[in-house]
Amino acid sequence: MIRTASSAAAAVKTLALSAAFGALALASAVSAQAADGVKIGILNDQSGVYADYGGKWSVEAARMAIEDFGGSVLGQKVELMSADHQNKPDIGSNIARQWYDVDNVDMITELTTSSVALAVHELSKTKKKIDIVVGAATSRLTGDACQPYGFHWAFDTRALAVGTGGALTRAGGDSWFFLTADYAFGYQLEDDTSKLVKQEGGKVLGAVKHPLNNTDFSSFLLQAQASQAKVVGLANAGLDTTNSVKQAAEFGLMAGGQKLAGLLMTLAEVHGLGLKSSSGLVLTEGFYWDLDDRSREFSDRFFKRTQRMPNMIQAGTYSAVLSYLKAVKAADSKDPDKVAAKLKELPVDDAFGRNGKVLANGRMIHDMYLFEVKKPEESKKPWDYYKLLSTIPGDKAFFTAAESGCPATK
Amino acid sequence: MTATTASTGPAGVSTSGETWGRVAAAGLVIALVIAPFGVYPVFLMKLMCFALFAAAFNLLIGYVGLLSFGHAAFFGTGAYISAHAAKVWHLDPLLCVVLGGIGGGALGVLIGYLAIKRKGIYFSMITLALSQMVFFIALQSPFTGGEDGIQGVPRGTLFGLIDLNRPLAMYSFVLVIFLFGMFALWRIVNSPFGQILKAIREHEPRAISLGYDVQRYKLIAFVISAGLAGVAGGVKSLVFQLASLTDITWQMSGEVVLITLLGGIGTMLGPVIGALIVVTLENYLAALDFPVTVLIGGIFVACVLLFRRGVVGEVEHAMRKRG
Repeated sequence: MIRTASSAAAAVKTLALSAAFGALALASAVSAQAADGVKIGILNDQSGVYADYGGKWSVEAARMAIEDFGGSVLGQKVELMSADHQNKPDIGSNIARQWYDVDNVDMITELTTSSVALAVHELSKTKKKIDIVVGAATSRLTGDACQPYGFHWAFDTRALAVGTGGALTRAGGDSWFFLTADYAFGYQLEDDTSKLVKQEGGKVLGAVKHPLNNTDFSSFLLQAQASQAKVVGLANAGLDTTNSVKQAAEFGLMAGGQKLAGLLMTLAEVHGLGLKSSSGLVLTEGFYWDLDDRSREFSDRFFKRTQRMPNMIQAGTYSAVLSYLKAVKAADSKDPDKVAAKLKELPVDDAFGRNGKVLANGRMIHDMYLFEVKKPEESKKPWDYYKLLSTIPGDKAFFTAAESGCPATK
Repeated sequence: MTATTASTGPAGVSTSGETWGRVAAAGLVIALVIAPFGVYPVFLMKLMCFALFAAAFNLLIGYVGLLSFGHAAFFGTGAYISAHAAKVWHLDPLLCVVLGGIGGGALGVLIGYLAIKRKGIYFSMITLALSQMVFFIALQSPFTGGEDGIQGVPRGTLFGLIDLNRPLAMYSFVLVIFLFGMFALWRIVNSPFGQILKAIREHEPRAISLGYDVQRYKLIAFVISAGLAGVAGGVKSLVFQLASLTDITWQMSGEVVLITLLGGIGTMLGPVIGALIVVTLENYLAALDFPVTVLIGGIFVACVLLFRRGVVGEVEHAMRKRG
């Protein structure tokens, strides 16, 4: 398109000038890299359906982990970055790519939403960087999508299915109907739970899919009601769960004798619902603030900073960041291969993880708990929401490395 | 439709305008050649994908006066086809992009054939409705991966020689495709065919009375636009190694309208400048607490109220006034 001689000459001049400028910029970029500390990135939903489920509270939990560790490792300052991926895999992988390429982030964690977590997991593999997924559920992360630098911390669809699905079926809830969020996470949660229900001798009467970030559940709830299943399983999360529980109460599902099972519910959703509409719900979570002294000590400190009690995502993020820093210290290097090896070697023992260890496929296994939400009159103080029904030992709750379907650990 | 306010392209009637257009184009090329040494290449590649997408869209709204509100369907289809071709069929990257373009174009034949039977708001609504159907197919069919999208798309090696995993190699690949696309659009707009398109935009009955088969011209323009949108989508899926529902939602159709409007409808460089503004805002403000969408909405309102011709459109207008 350059035709006139004058503009061509001008072009050559500009080109030479800018080439020099470019070289300068490149040189400064290289020198900037060397002085970096250890950088940790929190990537999650901070404005959408999962903003309370993890959100900026997870960032605060990570900050606490860094402070508890002393703020530096290997003589380098630990820096924290955070971003909102809006539950979109392309935005998420975009930010992660930029963090790895430009900002030299060493580890990305939290990663709520399975589709984003899978995308970043894939990217971490090619970039050879550590990621520790806390907020996403799909067991594929340590199954067919497992990779040497990827870890999965707080829970997964398998553990939820074993907890809620198995326990409720044994307790007599032997016919199920599912309300499923229409994406990978929902399908897998429904699938894993159905398997457990059938294993325990129950049957699945049907399922209906609703879009992510739905507000009107009336038609789905009517189908659930008509199915006459004893248990209606909510294979969704965040605000979707909150909305479906609320509307189920309005439709009189529980009053009609059906039991509602929140397959992925945390303290944040119960708090959002209030005990009046959530009492009697049975759910599985990997953490509760009032479990023992260590969890209370951590949670009280968390409460002072945020005015809320942590759920398993926030406490799990604390544990993930702390474990990463411990592994860096033990490996005496930020090198992802060495850190990954240390993460798999060291036991996990902190305010979140009880009897925790990391399997060869990157799955952190630890005790999970089956809770029932208290009735309003049983709750004695603020945030006193759960009654512990049973503890599920880590090796029962999760797949073993061989069962997981991870090609590297078969 | 709205495009009647904007007049000629960069190579318009006045010769001084033509020279300025050339200088601006040359400046753009130079800037893009040196930019990757100072700016993050992936960001620039994203910019070029959106610029090409908006330029393809601009061919319709700017030069034929058709406001398509379903262009994400072509962009997304191109992205999915390219991603599938690269990941499952292991084809050459260039072939993947070409297939993406063909896919977008083929869909353009279908949607275009139905949509051009109506004018104005009805045309827009038909494109919107049909693109929503395409979105639903993408959401439900197994090969697209639903909410997860197609992940881990390999960039591959171009002609079996150049490893596109190297950032600069990928950048050059994208740059060449982008320049080719822009050049093709420039040639089309400034050809006799382009003149007829503009005639249709200005006064359709007169074009018919002159004996032109207006429907056929509209359809051809629609298919070219859809094909290039498919190419842009294909390139994007290779750059980000991901094809997802974001590429095919109606919000993406809206975004391309916004980019073109901000930059300047019916100008050659408008879509590029518009993409620069929108992509930069989205990229660098994503880390702030302030919601990006509110800011972009505000800019949109300001654009409609204060500079309706868009950034490039206003500059061109000011220069033409000066002589």
